[in-house]
Amino acid sequence: MITRRHLLQSAGAGAAFAATGLSFSEIAEAASAAEQLTPGVPGGIASYVQMGTLPGKKPLIQLADRPPNYEAPLEYLRTPITPNDQFFVRYHLSDIPEVKAETYKIALGGDGANGTAELTLDDLKKMPAIEVVAVNQCSGNRRGLSNPHVAGVEWGYGAMGCARWKGARLKDVLEKVGLKKEAVEIFFAGADGPAVDKTPDFVKSIPVWKAVDESTIVAYEMNGQPLPHWNGFPARIVVPGWTGTYWMKHVTEIKALTQPLKDFWMNPAYRIPVGKFPIRDRFLTQENATTTPITEMVVNSLITSHRDKAKVKTGKVAVSGMAWDGGYGIRTVEVSTDGGKTWAAATLGQDLGRFAFRPWSFDLKAKRGNNTVMVNATNKIGQGQVSELIFNGAGYHNNVMQNITLVAG
Amino acid sequence: MRTIALAIAAVLLTGSAFAAEQEIKLKQGPGLDKVEANCQACHTLAYIPMNSPYLNAAGWDAEVTKMIKAYGAPVEDADAKAIKDYLAANYGG
Repeated sequence: MITRRHLLQSAGAGAAFAATGLSFSEIAEAASAAEQLTPGVPGGIASYVQMGTLPGKKPLIQLADRPPNYEAPLEYLRTPITPNDQFFVRYHLSDIPEVKAETYKIALGGDGANGTAELTLDDLKKMPAIEVVAVNQCSGNRRGLSNPHVAGVEWGYGAMGCARWKGARLKDVLEKVGLKKEAVEIFFAGADGPAVDKTPDFVKSIPVWKAVDESTIVAYEMNGQPLPHWNGFPARIVVPGWTGTYWMKHVTEIKALTQPLKDFWMNPAYRIPVGKFPIRDRFLTQENATTTPITEMVVNSLITSHRDKAKVKTGKVAVSGMAWDGGYGIRTVEVSTDGGKTWAAATLGQDLGRFAFRPWSFDLKAKRGNNTVMVNATNKIGQGQVSELIFNGAGYHNNVMQNITLVAG
Repeated sequence: MRTIALAIAAVLLTGSAFAAEQEIKLKQGPGLDKVEANCQACHTLAYIPMNSPYLNAAGWDAEVTKMIKAYGAPVEDADAKAIKDYLAANYGG
């Protein structure tokens, strides 16, 4: 469909409008994108934000188009499976080739492997396949809500989604070359790269024990379809329970290492302070006295049915959303309508597995005026959300309980 | 300078397969030319308003330094100073 916006985005029209400043329709569109922003993100975003349309994607909140960083508006997060065309997009670096399935290969090896090998997409598809429904959440999701603010991509609520991923177990892929007993980490590199040579290429590693976990896969399908280009076609690493930084897109190299990976993207990037978060999965070969790599997601929830300050009718109002964690599974979601003094259990919806979004709903009896709705999810090992932000310099792991106001009249 | 201009052209060309890049209009002020000439070799200028207005002068200083030291941005010292001053004056909190 050709919309007026597409026409405006074409180079000629863009140049014409650039000369005269913003057109009326551009201003109107910016206003509508600004309305999609999560309350509390830095004010400067509203000055330029637009709903971006990447090929194959529905409109997403365009925080940046080079490198592409687009988040899902709240309405895309109302189903336990996020459709591929509504899934958020996140890249660090801006040289992103369109990888061809026919020529695609993954190079296997490393000093911690017994040999080397190459895998084509067909080779990967011939291996035993498993499916896992798992939340893919950017480490920096909700960074824009950090107080004080911290620098980076200023995400609101939407740098996440949940999909059914299909692929070969990474464990089986590694068996193609065999691991030496000295191997400590598994390294990943992808086809995308930096705009200038001196920028460190985006590479990551995970501990061997996580790599050989039966849920960790090299995925080539997402919700029954090939991966969208923007989500890692032809194949990406899926590390259920862990934040998106390890889910290497367009993966081209998988290597076993006998020494911890020394790289900008492992340290100082993607670090949390030691001891500040209730993390079970520790990445010990990368840990030092003060910082450790981010690993599993903290238990969290999001109200997706309503925005803060939404107008509702008095009487019964169905409030609903999603809850998720690092793979222990959601035990309860509770709602408080009195600012946290008393809590009532929400009804949990379809269980798609311990790594998936768990839908929940709650019937609010809205009275005339302001009604507050506060939500707290608890996982199966008893971890709940926090009431005060655990501040950290990169703005990670924000699982502060939401407390929104619905206005009935 | 010439290599950066070429880098921008290359990026814009490869990027054009997808869509015309959004033009970000930054505030007028001394140093804007240095920002435009250096920063968009690697990324859209949207990162500047995105991270405003809360970063103060020290915060912007740290960001520009990070771009040079950690990400290897080829920015001359004089330009880096002009960029930091521009950001603090126009996008500082």
